[in-house]
Amino acid sequence: MATTLRDLKLDRAAAVGPAEAEQVAERRYPWLHLLRELLADLAGDRVALVGALGFALIIGLALAAPWIAQDYARQNLRLRLSAPTLTVQGEFNYHYALGADQLGRPILDRIIHGSRVSLTVGLGVVAVTCLFGSVLGMLAGYFGGWVDTVIMRWVDIQTAFPGLLVALTILIMLGPNLENMMIALMINGWMIFARIVRGVTLSLREEVFVKAARVIGSSDLRIVFRHILPNLVSPILTIAVMELARIILAEAALSFLGMGIQPPESSWGLMLSDGRDYMTKAWWLVTFPGVAIALTVLFINMLAGWLRSVSDPQQRFKKFGAKEA
Amino acid sequence: MAGYLIRRLVYAVASVIGVSIAVFIITHAIGDPVKVMLPLDASQEQYEQMRQALGFNDPLHVQFLRFAAGAIRGDFGDSLWQRSPALPLVLERLPATFLLAFAAMALAVVLAIPLGVLAALRPRTWLDHLCSLGSLLGMCVASNWLGLMLILIFAVNLGWFYTSGYGTWNHLVLPAVTLAAAPLGRITQIVRSSTLDELGRNYVTAARARGLTERAVIMGHALKNAAIPIVTLSGWELTRLLAGFTVIVEVVFGWPGVGLLAMDAIRRQDLPLLQADVFIVGVLVVGLNLLIDLTYGWFDPRIRYT
Repeated sequence: MATTLRDLKLDRAAAVGPAEAEQVAERRYPWLHLLRELLADLAGDRVALVGALGFALIIGLALAAPWIAQDYARQNLRLRLSAPTLTVQGEFNYHYALGADQLGRPILDRIIHGSRVSLTVGLGVVAVTCLFGSVLGMLAGYFGGWVDTVIMRWVDIQTAFPGLLVALTILIMLGPNLENMMIALMINGWMIFARIVRGVTLSLREEVFVKAARVIGSSDLRIVFRHILPNLVSPILTIAVMELARIILAEAALSFLGMGIQPPESSWGLMLSDGRDYMTKAWWLVTFPGVAIALTVLFINMLAGWLRSVSDPQQRFKKFGAKEA
Repeated sequence: MAGYLIRRLVYAVASVIGVSIAVFIITHAIGDPVKVMLPLDASQEQYEQMRQALGFNDPLHVQFLRFAAGAIRGDFGDSLWQRSPALPLVLERLPATFLLAFAAMALAVVLAIPLGVLAALRPRTWLDHLCSLGSLLGMCVASNWLGLMLILIFAVNLGWFYTSGYGTWNHLVLPAVTLAAAPLGRITQIVRSSTLDELGRNYVTAARARGLTERAVIMGHALKNAAIPIVTLSGWELTRLLAGFTVIVEVVFGWPGVGLLAMDAIRRQDLPLLQADVFIVGVLVVGLNLLIDLTYGWFDPRIRYT
């Protein structure tokens, strides 16, 4: 007999009516259900939808880069600093649609390749800082006492660091490259997670459901994972998305200063510093990489705004009025 | 009050010690400082000689004590590039950075308050949407790109301002505008949302019921109470600018502040100068944070100093 009690319940619910069947499905696949609700909410918010689609497009281009932007390092001195054009030697060629740089390399291909760097650095750094900061914040908020004092003093002290200068100093000591740039950005980026997660954990600890769990004898580990962590997901996700935008800007800054990605690799910040010397002759060298940075960060911020409104009941109330809250 | 003051001071001192430990670890324990300072074609002999001369062969704790003792006296060693003590070189660059950061913040606050209040008074109109879009864009553009674009348009093509340099008001305009963009966006948004919050409160309704002019309601009541988050954010933005965000703008516009000095020190592999620069900026940030903490009570008497 493969039929479980759950299946029986589901069958019965299906027989009773679609509304109840949905309730059962909600219980059965809570994550899928949540995802469906989120997608429905996203589709109803025009700004967030534009942000999500735009960001998805950028991720898609970054993934497809080896096939659509394969010329990013090919030098062609005949096309040196050539203006944006769709025809090269009488034939259609989209690679030079945004012009060519001082070595005749196509700007469009270099921008698409640069998006890989931005996304790698952004996602990689945020994944680490998010994990590290959240764990420390949870420890501080849940256990309190000296654990809290030690961790939060550490956060305070590190927040006082001049972040960009410290990152530059780390990079001159370790040598500028992709990995070291990510390390430098990680060292400076985890404090905001610790601070926010600690605050939320602190208030959750006083909630009735946590106290009840403790009364029935749940271990600390179980309380943290079953009762506290699920409530931390939305605030953590919101900060993570905003941090992603910040890190992408920081990467552009470090590479612009020559302490990040090194040539012949391509990065948006590097393209800005390369194009700077030819700016008066060829405006497309600096203009388009900057537009790429601004659009990416804009899309991410649009998504972050929506995430905040989804996770924060107060914001939700403002947006939808009383009927939903 | 006294207890609060003492505790904040202790935190500030702890932060300064933290900054100096971090600077020491970064410049002594990760990587090889002698290799960083020597040119690439230096011989092994020269390397050993410099290592011995600068005391890098001593145990790490001895090096740290020497570094800490020097830092307390304001002695970070001599700059390799300028052949003179590093600290005065950093200090003489401070006014330029201060000027730039304060000019940018003044510009941001002066523009953000009327824009944010206007948007809050007419929520969900085209004016509000325009403000939201503008402030979002201000936060999203990379400041190095914005600086280059402003140079291209207003300095190269229109010829209104200088492309780079320092000295007159004309030199200050483009760097300050570039640096102000991101804070302007964020402060406008907070002005809008906190004014909107305050306008919905009972005391505003009461003030209107008393027949006060709309001007008095907004300026005298709503804005006064909305000031706390605005002041908090502005202070935080100023710290952020001084903590390194001026670096990029200083490099783009050749503005002779501490950020450009740090980049010069990096290019010339001048570690003592870089150390002094990072340390001084760190102390500056700590001091500014202390100042902000202490002024909270003045803006919001409800805050108790405990």
